[in-house]
Amino acid sequence: MTTNGLYELRCRECGKTWGNVPRSFCEDCFSPLEVAYDYDSLKKIARRENLAGRDFNMWRYSELLPLPECYVGPNAVGGTPLVASRKLAAKWGLKNLYFKNDAVCFPSLSFKDRVVATALSAARRFHFTTVGCSSTGNLANAVAAQAAQQGFDACVFIPADLEPAKILNTAVYGARIVRINGNYDHVNRLCAQIADRFQWGLVNVNLRPYYSEGSKTHGYEIAEQLGWTLPDNVVVPMAGGSLITKIAKAFRELVTLGWVEAKPVKFFGAQATGCSPISDGVKRNLARFEPQKPNTIARSLAIGNPADGPFAIKQIRDSSGWAEDISDAEIVAAIKLLAETEGIFTETAGGVTAGVTQKLIAQGRIKPDETTVVCITGNGLKTTDAIAAEFPATEAIAPRLEAFEAYLDAQLGATAGAKA
Amino acid sequence: MPVTIEIPTAFRRFTDGAPNVDCSAATIADALNELTSRFPDLSRHVRDDQGQIRQFLNVYLNEEDIRFLGGESCSLKEGDRVLLVPSIAGGC
Repeated sequence: MTTNGLYELRCRECGKTWGNVPRSFCEDCFSPLEVAYDYDSLKKIARRENLAGRDFNMWRYSELLPLPECYVGPNAVGGTPLVASRKLAAKWGLKNLYFKNDAVCFPSLSFKDRVVATALSAARRFHFTTVGCSSTGNLANAVAAQAAQQGFDACVFIPADLEPAKILNTAVYGARIVRINGNYDHVNRLCAQIADRFQWGLVNVNLRPYYSEGSKTHGYEIAEQLGWTLPDNVVVPMAGGSLITKIAKAFRELVTLGWVEAKPVKFFGAQATGCSPISDGVKRNLARFEPQKPNTIARSLAIGNPADGPFAIKQIRDSSGWAEDISDAEIVAAIKLLAETEGIFTETAGGVTAGVTQKLIAQGRIKPDETTVVCITGNGLKTTDAIAAEFPATEAIAPRLEAFEAYLDAQLGATAGAKA
Repeated sequence: MPVTIEIPTAFRRFTDGAPNVDCSAATIADALNELTSRFPDLSRHVRDDQGQIRQFLNVYLNEEDIRFLGGESCSLKEGDRVLLVPSIAGGC
């Protein structure tokens, strides 16, 4: 069943509609555009029962996404685990703690695979042959991987000093990588000008409204995996501020469509203290956030001028949520804690989210009996540099049993009792 | 000081298609005021009802966001470029 004609671009500020075009901002007021749906019509074709028999990945929610008519998702994206926490929940004193684990999202191990999937469907619709992005790393990985899968040329723009793992994880797919001497905000500004000039499908620039809709599937899956019910709290990392607003949109849509019962959900935003314009805006109750110069190991959250910042702040305030931020040292500690307790190895953004969750619990903002979902957005293999110093190389031992016993004596103070 | 204001595509319909507008201004505020006085239709796209630069319009002086340079009162020197860029961002 097609959803063609049931959605179009609409300005988030002035409400003017623009049809379906590769454009990210309203030419009247320069505010961001968003995909707006005809929910009354959508209700007639988007039924929860339709999902039966569909594979568990993001395409099971196709009716709710701005896809071209008869579009078939070319590969399985999303459908990631919702991990019910045991050890960390016990440590934190929470009864119902979950981690939505996009660290294992296919194909490139971050939630960016979702937004790229919808963006490339739009690129196909608008007949772009070259796609690209401005990226702090994860998006470049996802664009390069999916462009390779789908036959697009790809050109990605990154800050020159991005983590080597992230650069490698993009280069391997054959994308052209352009390193920019500047921070991410400089890269972004340049990409706005490039999209203007070259008419490429830059997924987070001129395809941004379609791109950002893919984030909703992170929220749809959470609701479905909780048994078609909404959590009490969601903790979401914030860079540009898009994901937190799109998870909220997803939940609202599910209520509108009658797929879940309405209930209050508190949205908590997580940032690194070294780049916390949104968190700062929430905590100081600012009318407008103040941009910052990023200075944090959480490079994937290092956006000092977040375009969705105002919307994220509003979402947090309207939901009676909060925002917090943590130091680089706390980020590293949280990455280790999550790995050691739940076996989830997340990148620095995930460390931010887990660490902020701990802070919110200590503040009493997340209650023990509530259902809390923590959104883990990327894999730890992408930011190994950030934690490498925590694990210095150990001295090797000789390949003899006696050497190992001596090693254990030194390490544990007792010879291992187990015999073959 | 003689400076150049770079006009994004979306605004060029208000500047008779001109991609750049040269003007003489001592500060960013003066430059924007001169721009909107020469092209009055541009005015409501640059400033809101309170006279502030619109929330989703970023203004750069050469490579730097003017909010890091003291805002509109920032002084200009000969040859400076003032860029008007819509606010967009990636990340999550």
